Amino acid sequence: MISHQGDREAILGRVKEALREPAPLKHPAERSAGGEPTTAHFREWLPPVGAAIEERLDLFRKLSETLRSELIACASVREAAAEIASLASAGGWKTLALHQGELVDALLPLLPASLTILPLQSGYDKDQLEACDAGLTECDLLVAQTGSVCVTSKNSGGRVLSVLPPHHIVIARTGQLVTDLTEAYQSLAAKYRDGYPSMISFITGPSRTGDIERILVLGAHGPKRLTILLLP
Amino acid sequence: MNTLAEPPSQQFHSDANRSSTDAPRRAAVRRALSNYQTARNRTGATFTDWKSARASAATIKHEALNHLDRYLEEFEQKFTARGGQVYWASDSKQARDYILELAKKNNVRAIVKSKAMTGEEIHLNQALLAEGYGVVESDLGEYIQQLKGEPPYHFVFPCMHLRRDEISDLFHRELGTAKTDNPEELTMIARRVLRRAYVEADMGISGGNFIVADTGMISITENEGNARLTVGLPKIHVALIGIEKVVPRLADLALFLPMLATAGTGQHMTGYNSMYGGPRQTGEIDGPEEFHVVFLDNHRTRLLADPEQRDALHCIRCGACLNVCPIFKNIGGHSYGTTYQGPIGSVITPHFRGLEDWKHLSGASSLCGACTETCPVGIDIHHHLLHNRRNAAAQKPAKGEQLLWKAFSFLMKRPSLYRFAMKFAPLGGLLHPLVQGTPMDPVAGWTGSRDFPAAPLGSFRERFRAHNAAKQSAAHTGGAR
Ligand code: SF4
Repeated sequence: MISHQGDREAILGRVKEALREPAPLKHPAERSAGGEPTTAHFREWLPPVGAAIEERLDLFRKLSETLRSELIACASVREAAAEIASLASAGGWKTLALHQGELVDALLPLLPASLTILPLQSGYDKDQLEACDAGLTECDLLVAQTGSVCVTSKNSGGRVLSVLPPHHIVIARTGQLVTDLTEAYQSLAAKYRDGYPSMISFITGPSRTGDIERILVLGAHGPKRLTILLLP
Repeated sequence: MNTLAEPPSQQFHSDANRSSTDAPRRAAVRRALSNYQTARNRTGATFTDWKSARASAATIKHEALNHLDRYLEEFEQKFTARGGQVYWASDSKQARDYILELAKKNNVRAIVKSKAMTGEEIHLNQALLAEGYGVVESDLGEYIQQLKGEPPYHFVFPCMHLRRDEISDLFHRELGTAKTDNPEELTMIARRVLRRAYVEADMGISGGNFIVADTGMISITENEGNARLTVGLPKIHVALIGIEKVVPRLADLALFLPMLATAGTGQHMTGYNSMYGGPRQTGEIDGPEEFHVVFLDNHRTRLLADPEQRDALHCIRCGACLNVCPIFKNIGGHSYGTTYQGPIGSVITPHFRGLEDWKHLSGASSLCGACTETCPVGIDIHHHLLHNRRNAAAQKPAKGEQLLWKAFSFLMKRPSLYRFAMKFAPLGGLLHPLVQGTPMDPVAGWTGSRDFPAAPLGSFRERFRAHNAAKQSAAHTGGAR
């Protein structure tokens, strides 16, 4: 039988022994005082975003285009429901899996009656979910700097609703758009002070691969399409 | 590939010789890498200050590595508080045994795996298959390599050396699918096969890109979504990860994720960057019941104990140093015979697997410094290759070479003797054809692929003197006119 922790003490012992002589810091970060790493300056070095909400939106729109995410601005929940209805009829969808939340609850009564709804509030059958045509979720945040949608296992139907169906639809409010990853992590830390969900995932565009001759193909395993419905 | 019968240096030389003359393969690799370079340059240029970002990344990794014990314990405490389990493995065997034990204990039948170079390092698949477990690699490139029965060619782009028609033939042979030269259709074939694997597997094995100490999370970076599914559907998740992958704070990823993407593939951000802090929590609808993190030492502490080269453990395995390396482009990934190819592999493998057997890799460099220049965490890669050369020479001096240098310096200090010896060079040239191509040829390494230049009859000094004398007499004549 194997010990529960393996060679914990031996490895930690070797690490401590190895570190008795400090290593020189070859590339000191100019702006970090006293060798202490800091996150305060990341923003000054990474791709710039712009302070105004309009600039953030513009960048998010531009990146979505490059990433081949479909960003659709919707004036109301009713308009968002109409978008889903037209995607559903164009794609010949039969089943839509979803996770309920404030926004999805508002959408639910407006969705086409022909769609079978698979709500994932308390679990699901893997085969049934795998056979769905699309998955509808909310998200925690949108990130302007990277064009990402941040989902968590708490707010987006667990771990796989946002990756298993071939089409992922996200419904979000413009107010959820943050500047960059630094702000995203700050906001997550504040929101989940009492415990993070078991998964936080930044989704940046539909699933993709370049493994064959480094040529881009969408929908390697996860969604071939990612649609973001953006409410005011 | 490295076989037991052949020492690594011999395997390296024969494979490198063979692949550097394989022009079509080299062209395929070059084409794949030129797409990478364009994307990387474009994305890199959007950074306000890449240099400062890099210095900061290096500083953070320096902090993490130089207090590694503290951060590993912090991770463990946070992670286990949320129901995760940590296992510490000193070497490959211990890690394999633990994972096998887990599989047995839980009556696992099918295993799905997302990309993990640590898995390659400990030969995990072979061990699982030998015990009768089905294992499917889910990353497209890894899946192709698994079907082909070959290790990855590059630790980020596993099948970059294959052309689409070769992949099509492989699928046709192994899966019975119709031939196609369309990369999208090829990808969809793999998609169909692999989706069943996720649903049916009861254990998911992943690697990990970052160990986040302050929140007790493992961060995984991928493009395809295969890791999301591997970690989401099966009832047990095992993450096998090297102990050096620590960052102190979750917020540090705000820097590392964009840098890894930019350096690795030229993206602003890789498709999925996911942080996992424990198994399924109360109130969540899915996720594994058990989440085991296996910390792998496997001689990392040996490298850690060398302060001069400790920063080689800063590596975030972006693969950029391979992509820019002239040697990698010419000899290809398999020639190295290592889990980690390219410049960084040449630096760390001698530490992980023994300097004597792997010192030849320190010579697999033109010392152009392109690797050091491109590295997002500021590792002085090519200097470390020199350090390894120095250490290898100190460990086992090259007697023949030392003698040669001694003779050379003896000659150089005695100009008249040197001049006398130089007179014999043309004689050597005359005699050379007698031994050329035979094992007695003293310059066989050179003449294998090129001609040996004939020694001129007069030395440079003699010609210089004659030339000067002629010029002076000409000037003299000119002045007299
Ligand atoms: S050594 Fe640097 S460039 Fe090479 S893979 Fe590691 S992080 Fe990337």
